[in-house]
Amino acid sequence: MKRILLVIVVVALYILHQDFWFWRTAHPMVFGFIPIGLFYQACFSVAASLVMWLLVKYAWPSELEREIEERDPEKESAH
Amino acid sequence: MIPAIVVFIYLATVLYIGIFAFRKAKGREKAEDYFLASRSLGPFVFLFSLFGTNMTAFAILGSSGHAFTNGIVTFGLMASSSGLVIPLSIFLIGTRVWALGKKYGFMTPVQMFRDRWECGHIGTVIFIVQAVLLVPYIIIGIMGGGTTLNAISGGLVPYWFGGAIVAMVVMSYVFFGGMRGTAWVNTFQTILFLLFGAVALIVIGVGMGGFRNAAQALQSSPAFAPLLTRERISPLYFFSYTFIPLSAIAFPHILIFCLTARKMNQFKKTVIFYPLCILAIWLPCVFLGVMANRVTDVPQIKAKQEARRVLAAQGKTMAPEARDDLREKVAGDDVILLLLQRYAPFWLAGLLGAGIMAAVMASDSQILALSTMFTEDVFAFYGGKRRFGEAVQVQTGRIFIVIITLFAYAIALRAPETIFELAIQYAFSGFAALSPLLVAALFWKGSTKWGALAVTVWTALAVIAVAIFQQSVPAPAPGPSTIFWSVGGAEVISRTPGGTAVLGFMPVVPMVIVSALLMIVVSKVTRKPKAMTLARYFS
Repeated sequence: MKRILLVIVVVALYILHQDFWFWRTAHPMVFGFIPIGLFYQACFSVAASLVMWLLVKYAWPSELEREIEERDPEKESAH
Repeated sequence: MIPAIVVFIYLATVLYIGIFAFRKAKGREKAEDYFLASRSLGPFVFLFSLFGTNMTAFAILGSSGHAFTNGIVTFGLMASSSGLVIPLSIFLIGTRVWALGKKYGFMTPVQMFRDRWECGHIGTVIFIVQAVLLVPYIIIGIMGGGTTLNAISGGLVPYWFGGAIVAMVVMSYVFFGGMRGTAWVNTFQTILFLLFGAVALIVIGVGMGGFRNAAQALQSSPAFAPLLTRERISPLYFFSYTFIPLSAIAFPHILIFCLTARKMNQFKKTVIFYPLCILAIWLPCVFLGVMANRVTDVPQIKAKQEARRVLAAQGKTMAPEARDDLREKVAGDDVILLLLQRYAPFWLAGLLGAGIMAAVMASDSQILALSTMFTEDVFAFYGGKRRFGEAVQVQTGRIFIVIITLFAYAIALRAPETIFELAIQYAFSGFAALSPLLVAALFWKGSTKWGALAVTVWTALAVIAVAIFQQSVPAPAPGPSTIFWSVGGAEVISRTPGGTAVLGFMPVVPMVIVSALLMIVVSKVTRKPKAMTLARYFS
């Protein structure tokens, strides 16, 4: 269930990248000089970072990590 | 001349970092140490070097130039989409490739493909296509170095000499430092990039008297107001561009970098902070590129705007050659340099110039990746390592670095830059079309070597076809595209002012979709690898 929710979040973010609603307007100008289309995409980058944090926290492939550590514990602990 | 001196100090620093890293590894002539830094990079160096490896001259010079001509759309088109797709692909693919590299000792993607699909020569075909698509990057890096040093020194350093210096510096630290030297240099360069964006924004903003007035002036001008919106680019083109960042994980130098992490945990920071690093570099560059249109007292910028006006008004009636000449004059890749020359004090222009050099010199990882691929996928695979030993393999890698750098420098002196800029455009689409190889190898038991061969051959043919098409059919003037092939009134293939459109999409979209379909269809009808091999990957 958790993984399905994360997939939905990633797909939703991808769709939100296509912000056709701000296509032909610069208004409102955020802080008086940043066109809204640019500001939206900057916020999108911050949202992408948050989604990556969610993926790392809830869907990290720790089984791969465990497998490596179990396979070669001495080498891993030496580093 | 002061900015050029600061840049030379920067180049000396870079050289020192590379040689210092070499000393640390002295005495150990193991291939894994030279080519992968013994898979031992820590979290800080891994994040910054992986990010720096993916940031080429385009991140600073090209992004501001593209924004100068096309407006704010540049950020959504190239930066924010990469901020989603690249860390996602590192999360899904990079971590798995790292784990397989640790388990089975892979040092290149082709080694993994050969093992996963039980193939030999098909791996060599993949190597050839990857290498051919990678070489233009190295050439353009040297060209960019020559051009930038020439511009920063006010013409005192000639292009050939600037290119030679950059080629020598990059070759030296890659030669001596291998992956460890390259990673540390990339880390240093990425810190410079990040500082560059913020400092350039403040200095130029103060110099222009604040951005509020500049933005309002652009908005009130009918010629420039569209640059504050995205109306110059179609939504389909914008959507198509989200396929381009798929190329990042398929680039051999990025995938090889994924193998250098000491622990898988180190991917966590990289995945989370990647979008923010892109934001920190691209947002100031795109914004400054747009604002450059407001600058009225720099003759070179005025000349570009005039050429843009003539192209828009008379482009349709011009001969294709005259139109192409005008397009070169419109290109704004040097606007950020011009803004710095106009607004930054001498000493700061030097520091910022060093930041630009850092971006231009990103060809180091491509040179090292090509050397790693050659020594592992060709030299070692065809018996060289077995016959001559590992020390000779590392020396072969070093000799390859010298040869490829000299070759790239010789071409950089002779060929026009635009040819390689085009080649890089094709390379992005080509590597994106190769990305189904990785997805199939890691996530689909049913994929086969014949599916992989079909994807590789299709990618090579598609890249060649697009290149021939764009060379044969001249680009039209800004405005409607030239329809090349239509069915029942629907445009199938058309030549646009900026490239090619297939059903309104960029060629990368059908290239990736056909690649994925070929992998599925061909794999379905051909023999799968042995159960024992599959168990190594899917147990």
